Amino acid sequence: MENLSNYLIISSILFSLGLFGVVTRRNGVAVLMGVELILNAANLNFLAFARFGGMNMSGHVYALFVIVLAAAEAAVALAIIINIFNNFNTINIDDVSEMKL
Amino acid sequence: MIAGSFITNACLLILFLPLCAFLINIFFGKRLPRQGDWVSIIAIITTLILSLSLFVGMLSNWNYKFSHEVYFSWIDLGAFKINLGFWVDNITIVMLLVVSLISTMTHVFSLEYMKGDIRYNRYYAYLGLFTFSMNGIVLANNLMSLYIFWELVGVSSYLLIGHWFEKHSAADASKKAFLTNRVGDIGFFIGIMLMFTAIGSFNFQELFTGVSNGMISGSLLTFAGLGLFMGAVGKSSQFPLHIWLPDAMEGPTPVSALMHAATMVAAGVYLTVRLFPVFTPDALLVIAYIGGFTAIFAATIAITQNDIKKVLAYSTVSQLGYMILAVGVGNYTAAFFHLLTHAMFKACLFYGSGSVIHAMHHSLHALHDHDTDPQDMRNMGGFRDKMPITSLTMTIATLAIAGVPLFSGFLSKDAILAGTLYFVDHHPEHWILAFFGFGAAAITAFYMFRLIFLTFYGTPKMPKVFEGIHESPKVMTYPLIVLAALSFFIFYTLPYFNPFADYGWFTKLIKATNSAVPGNPTAKEIYDGVHHAHYTAMALSLIVATLGIGLSFLMYYKRKFSPENWAKRFGVFYKISHNKYYFDENYNRFLYQPFLRLCNLVAYIDWDLYDKYFINGFGYIAKLLSKITGRLDYEGLDQTLVDGIGRTANSAGKNLKTVQTGRLQNYMLFALIGVIIILVFQIT
Repeated sequence: MENLSNYLIISSILFSLGLFGVVTRRNGVAVLMGVELILNAANLNFLAFARFGGMNMSGHVYALFVIVLAAAEAAVALAIIINIFNNFNTINIDDVSEMKL
Repeated sequence: MIAGSFITNACLLILFLPLCAFLINIFFGKRLPRQGDWVSIIAIITTLILSLSLFVGMLSNWNYKFSHEVYFSWIDLGAFKINLGFWVDNITIVMLLVVSLISTMTHVFSLEYMKGDIRYNRYYAYLGLFTFSMNGIVLANNLMSLYIFWELVGVSSYLLIGHWFEKHSAADASKKAFLTNRVGDIGFFIGIMLMFTAIGSFNFQELFTGVSNGMISGSLLTFAGLGLFMGAVGKSSQFPLHIWLPDAMEGPTPVSALMHAATMVAAGVYLTVRLFPVFTPDALLVIAYIGGFTAIFAATIAITQNDIKKVLAYSTVSQLGYMILAVGVGNYTAAFFHLLTHAMFKACLFYGSGSVIHAMHHSLHALHDHDTDPQDMRNMGGFRDKMPITSLTMTIATLAIAGVPLFSGFLSKDAILAGTLYFVDHHPEHWILAFFGFGAAAITAFYMFRLIFLTFYGTPKMPKVFEGIHESPKVMTYPLIVLAALSFFIFYTLPYFNPFADYGWFTKLIKATNSAVPGNPTAKEIYDGVHHAHYTAMALSLIVATLGIGLSFLMYYKRKFSPENWAKRFGVFYKISHNKYYFDENYNRFLYQPFLRLCNLVAYIDWDLYDKYFINGFGYIAKLLSKITGRLDYEGLDQTLVDGIGRTANSAGKNLKTVQTGRLQNYMLFALIGVIIILVFQIT
């Protein structure tokens, strides 16, 4: 069962789970976790296309970039979440929304 | 020769002093000591002195052609120009003296007669207003200012007749006087305007020149003249507008003497005398007939009246008719002469009646009798011993009015009758004018002596009242004495002493001028004719006067015939005369009531038909239309279009704003949905 579609299926399930998490979770950290899942779904796609598509090594390079970026992103996002907690005493993103009228 | 500037200044003072007195008294009278009567007295006595000095000036001047005219420009619009001013000639000076003299007497007489009256200061103020306006009529040199003053005397007459306006009869009488005069004044105004349209001037002299130049002639001139005469008919209470004068006796008696006997009613005669040159022969004939008829007609009413003032009132109407008759037959200086003498003896008679009424009133008041009429001659009798001065002076005045020799009335009446005889001599078809004249003279003598006998002779009808009768105080008897003295011939014939002559200062100084209308006899013809008829007229008038006096003497003094029996025997005539020929009733039935019905009809048409349906209909339609357009505008335009747009935008915004939850996750979800939609469309 070494073919592309299996990888893509896994990847899209992963993406969907991540997206579901991002959209439905109220906890800021859980949303962040959803984002990580989405990034990893993308990584899985890069690697699958590197192996079975025509991307070859550049797929790997992109995946590495994504991992680095995700790490940086996690650091920044967690810092934001800590700041939110300091300011609002909660990390429930519904409660911290200030865009509502 | 008196200086012109003196005449002008004197006339200005004579005119405006009474006006000042009026203004002071009407505004401050109540606050002045004695309610300001002394202001009026001072003003009127100054006026009298000035008039006397003018009169003396006239006598020393001895020039019948004297004439003095001053004027100022009132309106000047180039082509249209009105000058107001004075025209002073001998007629004016004599008339000024009459007005000032009688007015002074009235002022003095009223001191006692009106004592304690509730509107004492107003009474004196109105007397001032009247004197001012009457002098204005006398001095006017043009029809315009004459008309203004003419209306002003009407107003003051209205105010003074209605002086006791709490009495309904007085209030009604004042209205009647004013409205009846109005009828005449309409004709007067038409006459003035006809003259002005034809000649373009109001000035008397210019009118006369205009008429003699033929700028207005024929029937138009007759018509204009009759219009002017209509003013005199109203003011001088001639048939058929005579109805107001007897009712005007509701006013205070001194007022009756001043206005409704001596001066104001004579204004009509004065007007015809002034305007004599413009009357055509036809107009003069109408004037003669109206005057003659009024003379005899009013005299027949006076016979049966019991109210002492009513008798005098009808006698005044009759005497005014005499004067108008004299104007009509062309002998207008005789009319003016009679005006002068009549003013004296009639004022004297009125003051005498006032004195009697005053005494009756006080006596009744002392008895607490408020039902007996103090003016009814049937309640009097035998007053001669109690009131010797009043009795004597009134008898003298009565002798004068009856035309007895040695008295003034004889001279003037004779002049009028001579003029009438001359006229009838030339126009035998108008013989009835002479009958009017002599008939009225006989009847006048009869009823005037009836008044004297009933009041001062015989036995007292009410002994209790008779007890309380006293002679009036001096301020009331002095005017009587003065005026009775002026009823003697001597004051009118000087410098001659012939009581039968038809010459004296009056005839020498006041000469008729030729009529401006071609076809009228010249002044010289009339003068010669009158002179020729003088002795015939004198003999005839003596006969008729003796007849009248004798009959009255037998009936009311000797009681040879009983007046009651005679009244019964001529029941119909007595009733007609006693009820004044039913004039008021017939006017009411045939004039006032139909007129009121017409007014009601017009009011009905105007109010119930025109207003209700036409005017209100417009309003109704407009209301309906505006309602419809209002609904269209409000509901159709405002609510759906204007507000609708706003409301749509509003609700759209309201609904759309729910999309903007402010939650990132929702946005993300929408973005996802969008991506899915795009993908789905891309794939298919």
